[in-house]
Amino acid sequence: MHREDFPMLKKDIIYFDNGATTLKPQCVIDSVVEYMTNHTSNIHRGDYDAAVITNKLYDNVRNIVSSFVNCDSREVIYTSGATQSLNMVVFGYMKKHLKKGDEVLLNKAEHASNILPWIILSKQIGIVIKYVPLDNNYELTLENIKRCVTFKTKVISLAQITNVIGDVRDVYNIGKFCHENNILFNVDGAQSVPHMRVDFKNCYMDFLSFSGHKMCGPTGVGILVGRYELLEDMDPLCYGGGMNSYFEENGDYELKSIPTRFEAGTTPIAQVIGLGEAIKYLMKIGMDNIHEHEMKLKQYLLDKVKDIPNIIVYNTSSNSGIFAFNIDGVFAQDTSIYLNSYNIYVRAGNHCAKELKDEINIKNTVRVSMYFYNNYNDVDRLVDALRNSKDIFKIVL
Amino acid sequence: MDNDLRREIIMDNYNDPMNKGLIDDNSYLKTRTSSESCIDDLSFMMKIENNIIEDIRFDGEACAISTSATSIMIRILIGKTVDEAKKILNNYKNMIEEKDYDKNLLGELAVYDSISKQPNRKNCALLPNRAINNMLEELNKKNN
Repeated sequence: MHREDFPMLKKDIIYFDNGATTLKPQCVIDSVVEYMTNHTSNIHRGDYDAAVITNKLYDNVRNIVSSFVNCDSREVIYTSGATQSLNMVVFGYMKKHLKKGDEVLLNKAEHASNILPWIILSKQIGIVIKYVPLDNNYELTLENIKRCVTFKTKVISLAQITNVIGDVRDVYNIGKFCHENNILFNVDGAQSVPHMRVDFKNCYMDFLSFSGHKMCGPTGVGILVGRYELLEDMDPLCYGGGMNSYFEENGDYELKSIPTRFEAGTTPIAQVIGLGEAIKYLMKIGMDNIHEHEMKLKQYLLDKVKDIPNIIVYNTSSNSGIFAFNIDGVFAQDTSIYLNSYNIYVRAGNHCAKELKDEINIKNTVRVSMYFYNNYNDVDRLVDALRNSKDIFKIVL
Repeated sequence: MDNDLRREIIMDNYNDPMNKGLIDDNSYLKTRTSSESCIDDLSFMMKIENNIIEDIRFDGEACAISTSATSIMIRILIGKTVDEAKKILNNYKNMIEEKDYDKNLLGELAVYDSISKQPNRKNCALLPNRAINNMLEELNKKNN
């Protein structure tokens, strides 16, 4: 769908690395170029015409985000990406409110950004990290979560879609469970928000993090959505210009209101404007259409690879456009280099989910991650390349 | 070098690498070397006695180029003095980086003489080089 919107697709490439970053449509490119060409200016500090245009565009992105994920626009914080958003949650909010012995439930399929900050926090203040076991398909179920919950459980933190297995977690029922049991619910939406409809309020989320560049937007910008009552009691991680009302020699100071107090310094203005354009573009296509299209492609790929010997698939059941596999006996990176010779772009590695190896007994996989602009022809070319992979080392060596 | 022969040497060392598997011995120097630009991640251990490399072992996950280069390098370096090893490592690095080098010192490591045609694989070929240099530096620090 909509391939004509993407300049990169004019080249003969099959882009299957959307879990890492997505291609940019012309409208997003144009919006960034327009800002840089015609109304470059800083925000909130200028009275001249260009600044007025920029302010309006910039501020309106909060409204766009709020209608996109169903939250209040004052709950939308601009960040540099999901990683920064997740760190703000852990070190800005959780560090202030959790105490020694409090339990945080994670699982081993999580991305580094939703594990490492917690590990650091556990060393700093003594919280206890518990890993909820995955089921036989390496997926996370509410039943397994419930089994791990104790009276000390204060937070459940998870990706709505994991970036290797690609299972879609039941955030509605997990969120409801958290809500009923007074547990904070922190959601990493980096792989879900770009690919499906996500509802912050109805899923009882307390925090939701995502990145712009994984959803057709520019790099360097992301969003943290936080429940307003919680944001009122969250500390900024950065202090400086743009986020204070005043400060005095005697040490008195007052911070600006929420969410501006969390956005010290000059923010990524061009990127925020580009992200706003990207979200409008995705909403026009329709998130349900995007998800449905990816599922069709994934099923088509699964059906086709069934007949190819030596292909090991790790996530046949997961309900997203992520397909993790290896060619038996071939290191993942050699496979991705091989596929590059067919102009097929995939990713090899642990995909920052370094603890997943304990569950699937394999450290590195090749990941195909789809988006709405992929089509059946892309899948056919991948399948052809995999069929021909018997002599893979003649090509990569 | 003939391409089939080159491939055969690489594949032999990839499929059946020399000294893969670490042992529990604290008399060895140790290092873990992962690539910044790809997913190779190998642990190394090396034993030096009387200025001679007695043993090098490794383990971990890496691509065909990294693994085979490690295997060939281990085969070549065992039995060499530290100075001889440094010379070989230096020449090998020069070859990968397309600088002047002495082919006679490198033996089968010469199979990587055209790896620069695939720039993203240079780091793979240089991984064992980095690891062994790290351990030699560590030894140097200890001795000083």
